[in-house]
Amino acid sequence: MYDFSSSSRLPKTAGIGYKPQHFTELRAEPGPVTWLEIHAENYMGDGGRPLAQLRALAETFPISVHGVGLSIGGEGPLDKDHIARLKHLCDWLNPASFSEHLAWSTHEAHFLNDLLPLPYSPETLTRVADHIDEVQEAVGRPMLLENPSTYLAFEDSTMDEITFLTEIAKRTGCGLLLDVNNVFVSCTNQIWDPIEYIEKFPHRLVGEIHLGGHDEDEDEHGAPLLIDSHGREVVDPVWALYDHTIKVGGTKPTLIEWDNDVPEFPILREEAARADAILAPVQAE
Amino acid sequence: MGQTDFTAALLDPEKPVPEGLVDPQGRPAGKRFDVYRNNVTSSLIAALETGFPVLQKLLGESSFKTLATLFLRAHPPTSGALQRYGDAMPGFLAGFKPLASLPYLADIARLELAIRTSYHAADHHPLDPAGLDPEAMMALTPRLAPATHILTSPYPIYSIWRMNMVAGAPKPAPVSEDVLITRVNFDPTPHLLPPGGRQFAEALDGCTPIAAAIEAAMIAAPRADIAGLLTLFLSSQALTLPTEKVQ
Ligand SMILES: [Fe+2]
Repeated sequence: MYDFSSSSRLPKTAGIGYKPQHFTELRAEPGPVTWLEIHAENYMGDGGRPLAQLRALAETFPISVHGVGLSIGGEGPLDKDHIARLKHLCDWLNPASFSEHLAWSTHEAHFLNDLLPLPYSPETLTRVADHIDEVQEAVGRPMLLENPSTYLAFEDSTMDEITFLTEIAKRTGCGLLLDVNNVFVSCTNQIWDPIEYIEKFPHRLVGEIHLGGHDEDEDEHGAPLLIDSHGREVVDPVWALYDHTIKVGGTKPTLIEWDNDVPEFPILREEAARADAILAPVQAE
Repeated sequence: MGQTDFTAALLDPEKPVPEGLVDPQGRPAGKRFDVYRNNVTSSLIAALETGFPVLQKLLGESSFKTLATLFLRAHPPTSGALQRYGDAMPGFLAGFKPLASLPYLADIARLELAIRTSYHAADHHPLDPAGLDPEAMMALTPRLAPATHILTSPYPIYSIWRMNMVAGAPKPAPVSEDVLITRVNFDPTPHLLPPGGRQFAEALDGCTPIAAAIEAAMIAAPRADIAGLLTLFLSSQALTLPTEKVQ
């Protein structure tokens, strides 16, 4: 299998999810921010400010194109127009990385704008692998597939998440994007052991790590229910899990995701510095 | 349990949670399914709020939320790119009985959609008449720039838009209004089209000289202020020459 941990064109330092309101400050004083991730869907227009900003940023920063609307886990066929838009963006931008989610968001031409879960079974595995083959073929570059945050389980599931992700990577040659906050959220919600999850994960396939904030709630039985909100700081237990991840799997390009209630840029810079502080000593070893 | 049932239950809170979805103890996933329901609904409402700020002001936050919720169930997005989400809103409003007493809302929705479309439209080289003598200028055959839109309405949609977006703007008078939307650099701006303006714009198809478009304007509005019209279209960068493309 391809070793994504050494082949990534993203630097193994901190990046942030790009928000247009940070354009000026980010360029003036990036601090520890060395690369950027964009949501592909926000850059699918024909021109105007979004593409002009992206063109300017790409001169300074390696860019990761992160799709949120492809619906790789969908039961139906992929949206050919959407694949074409992704290809158009990637051809134009030549990003350092291209990633999507193990989730679905479109059903019968209805786009639901959320990352919805799927059962882990031989049947869904074949479908997801076929979809990834199709995307990688059409876009003409390898993809990283991200582990999801999940809130419920499927009675139909017959294999665990890591086995499922690893098998997909083996079949398609794609890499993986390890979202450590998603690991924490899913492990809490599903009562899995997060340390065991991290230690079992195939780190050689990981081309990028995500860190983000979540909200805390409870289900109707009083069990903890964490919600992947991307609306606040990364919490301490997730930082601890990230620290463990880097010790176990080595340094990786690490993204701070903050998509809702977006803070002032200096706050993101601090979060990026915190990731850097964990990466740097391991990098130096 | 397939994605058809899952989707139907996501969009309809009256439907029961599909079978086969469970918590870690194997109990039916009630509130856990609602997380997905809330994500879908609230993210699409947020997209509509961003896309229709004037509609939201006109209706108030909570009525807009009700409208948005009904709209998204009837018209979920059809594309993973949400730039165009809401293009069914004018039609939805036109047939929406509870708001029939506010018939201008559909045209306000059209105006807001046009502003959004203009924001994402291709860049253009604006027609620049500097250095041209008047005769050469009259012979040019520009077309509307990709970011330029023309809207007509039997309602004062420009004035309604302006009253809600510009502090101190006057109250609308009950007149029909035509609107020109243009983009200088990155921010679309609506302008009120003076008499003859719509006919002038509609004539400019890339092979009609400006002189002929002026004639069309004067036939429609014999007292049209032609100098003012030309100034508006040139200063707002509404026009481009057919051969020029920006990469
Ligand atoms: Fe993520």
